[in-house]
Amino acid sequence: MSAIEITDLTRRYGDFVAVDRFNLRVQTGECVGILGPNGAGKTTVVEILEGYRHRDAGEVSVLGIDPATPTRSWRQRIGIVLQDANDLDDVTVREAVTQFSRYYENPRPIGEAIALVGLSEKADERAGNLSGGQRRRLDVALGVVGRPELLFLDEPTTGFDPEARHIFWGLIERLKSEGVTIVLTTHYLEEADALADRVIVIARGQKVADTTPAELGSRSQDTVVVRWHDDEQVQERRTSTPTEVVKELTARFDGEIPGLEIVRTTLEEAYLELLEEGDS
Amino acid sequence: MTRLFSLYLSRAKWEIRLLLRNKRAVMFSMLLPIFLLVIFGSVFNNRELGGGVTFAQYFVAGLLASGLLYSSFQQLAIAIPEERSNGTLKRIVGSPMPRSVYFAGKFAASSFIYFFQVVALLGIGHFSYGITLPTSPELWLDFAWISVLGLIVSSLLGIAFSTFAKDGQSASALAAPLVLFFQFTSGVYFVYANLPRWMQDVATIFPLKWMAQAMRGVFLPRSFARVEVAHSFELPKAALILGVWTVIGALLCRFTFRWLPKDQD
Repeated sequence: MSAIEITDLTRRYGDFVAVDRFNLRVQTGECVGILGPNGAGKTTVVEILEGYRHRDAGEVSVLGIDPATPTRSWRQRIGIVLQDANDLDDVTVREAVTQFSRYYENPRPIGEAIALVGLSEKADERAGNLSGGQRRRLDVALGVVGRPELLFLDEPTTGFDPEARHIFWGLIERLKSEGVTIVLTTHYLEEADALADRVIVIARGQKVADTTPAELGSRSQDTVVVRWHDDEQVQERRTSTPTEVVKELTARFDGEIPGLEIVRTTLEEAYLELLEEGDS
Repeated sequence: MTRLFSLYLSRAKWEIRLLLRNKRAVMFSMLLPIFLLVIFGSVFNNRELGGGVTFAQYFVAGLLASGLLYSSFQQLAIAIPEERSNGTLKRIVGSPMPRSVYFAGKFAASSFIYFFQVVALLGIGHFSYGITLPTSPELWLDFAWISVLGLIVSSLLGIAFSTFAKDGQSASALAAPLVLFFQFTSGVYFVYANLPRWMQDVATIFPLKWMAQAMRGVFLPRSFARVEVAHSFELPKAALILGVWTVIGALLCRFTFRWLPKDQD
């Protein structure tokens, strides 16, 4: 059964097409990472799924409900981790989690929700005194206190230091193991790689790849970059048949090829390449 | 039903807790009329306004009416844009909490502020400035309906007004001067009947003039009625006009209220 089905989703802001005929199907229990640069349309897609934003065209079903007309019982089943909330400064972690748990029919015990995000020691600290990373973990606690079947995380680790990011990843792994379906947006490739079963790459509102992190990686294994000097300039060619390119260059230069380099592309470059393909 | 009621109750406690921890709200929505009473009362205490009424007695009626604006109109006009810009409202929209719970909580917090002001203003007024309190139950009953109707109308107008500002700071820049303007034109600081005609004409359209006049009907002796422009405190007319503003406020809320910032739908 699919938790999310999106067909030809389109959203415009004035003349700007933020999301352009976007399609996606997310299976129950899957963790899908939506990856793309800033302004690619990630947040627009996710906020349409969360029932915050309206759409201009296309069909969307989230847990069997059209999010354009959300119901309260549907909200019971969904958890949302907001991207840049800075409310709750004057209340403690425990007070905030306790209050939000009241809105759900079958909430987690307060202590469990706080422990899940590793804030037990900060439970009586006011949110305004937490570090950025702790603050976002409180957001996650509020997102999961109602035991959602489906959890949305919008750029959850933006601004984290590497250590905070790894703690956060451990938390997502735990939720995955509980069978929660997770949709997360990120502009960190390594984050999608670490967490997602499937990676959707989005650029300029369009899906440019729907793949597993492994495939995205192997895509990088297939491609290499051949570089050489020609007329004092660095020339570069991406290819899956480097030997052919070298043969051709050998013929052209009649002997040693100036500045020859053959480089395997990284995961990062495979991703950038996908974005360039999306642009053209 | 009991579940919904317990949500109202817990949200009311939550809002009051947030309120008491918010320095801005405590200073400008809760304590301001009390400071005003102490300052103006100390300076003008024994000045006679005619009809055996001291300035302090007159001023307390106006401050109670102002308290209705501070506690609900000004408080909500500032707090809601603040909560719209900091993500509070977005979080609520994304949760299964019924939206009426939010407004019930806000109304409870405003009522709490107002109740505090009533006790403080009447207590300090009585013991420090010799203000006489009404003795007849009828007058206290009038006080009760003026308070409840006043809280409802200024809450609704505060919620409606919250749509105009993009955050708390711009909201207070809009709402605070407006409250001050209505106080000056509605006879809070000066005797209404002595104000220039154009000021009276402006104020008479809006609720504060009627709240203040109705409060004078409760706290000033009957003899003062002849000083009023209409030679009466006009309580029935005040009820009618506040009723009309309640309907206007409710319609404005119904059709203009936004949960999310303008660019986020």
